Amino acid sequence: MSASSPPPASPGAATRPPADWRLWLGLLRPGDWLTLGLGAAACAALFPLAWQGGRAEKAVVRSGGQVFAELDLQQHRTLEVPGPLGSTVITVEPGRARVAADPGPRQYCVRQGWLARPGEIAICAPNHVSLQIAGRTSAYDSLSY
Amino acid sequence: MTPSVTDPAGTRVLTIPLSAEDHRIAWLAAAAIGLSLVDAAIPTPLPGIKPGLANIVTLVVLLRFGWGAAVWVTGLRVLAGSLLLGQFLAPGFFLSATGALASLLALGLARPLLRAGPGAAFGPVSLSIIAAFAHMAGQLLLARLWLIPHDGVFLLAPLFACAALFFGTVNGLIAARILAEPPPAGAPMETDHA
Repeated sequence: MSASSPPPASPGAATRPPADWRLWLGLLRPGDWLTLGLGAAACAALFPLAWQGGRAEKAVVRSGGQVFAELDLQQHRTLEVPGPLGSTVITVEPGRARVAADPGPRQYCVRQGWLARPGEIAICAPNHVSLQIAGRTSAYDSLSY
Repeated sequence: MTPSVTDPAGTRVLTIPLSAEDHRIAWLAAAAIGLSLVDAAIPTPLPGIKPGLANIVTLVVLLRFGWGAAVWVTGLRVLAGSLLLGQFLAPGFFLSATGALASLLALGLARPLLRAGPGAAFGPVSLSIIAAFAHMAGQLLLARLWLIPHDGVFLLAPLFACAALFFGTVNGLIAARILAEPPPAGAPMETDHA
């Protein structure tokens, strides 16, 4: 940022306009507006930069605690995962994945529906199968202090 | 501050001659410490977001008395403020010290923006915003490297940046208004400190 001097500011120090907000605005020089603008742009740029870590990139399927498959979340795919009760069916579509069918008695993981955000997980405990969405960086699902 | 040893009646008395500048820095540091206590009393929605009112003092000192004085005043404020708040050597102390260091360095670098006289393009508000961003970046970096070694801390960066922009602007305006007043009698406009 070199001072490529814009027109000089009005010499507002001596003359005091009656309105209070005018007085405060008079303290801002042209370059200050530039700094404000750059600062605002930096803020706006930081939101997508920092909060975008959440792009779902792959689905990690575990069976009995071991990684059974890592599926790319780009194309349609169906996978059958064997477990002690039978086979759990996992469906992958671009950007999301779900447990389509499970032999477990309560069907929690099936009823969870589509998983699309990193860190989301569906656990079919009776059949020892889990499906987790992973992003570029692994995220904590909880933090405690 | 050169200590001189006098020896009346057998007891050794250590006298430290105080210059007017020492007094001034002590006064200004006291003002900054008071403001940082006010700061600590203001409830905030998120830990880490604070108005940083004491930075008004840093800014005014920088522009009236030079960078050296600003470093003294800020250093004393961070040290004494942390002692008063019971934060000395706690993580909060290192965070505020890192923030202060980063913002002082940024102020030192950005100071020449203002050197162009009364019709200058940049004013104290620019310096305040730059310092606030440097403060935030320094703290975030320390937090990432030491306190919470996980990229998750950067999730807070956008909120911190917005807070830095807002409070930097407000503090800068207050500092600009103070600086628009004539300096107190007898105070030189700028003395360079070693």
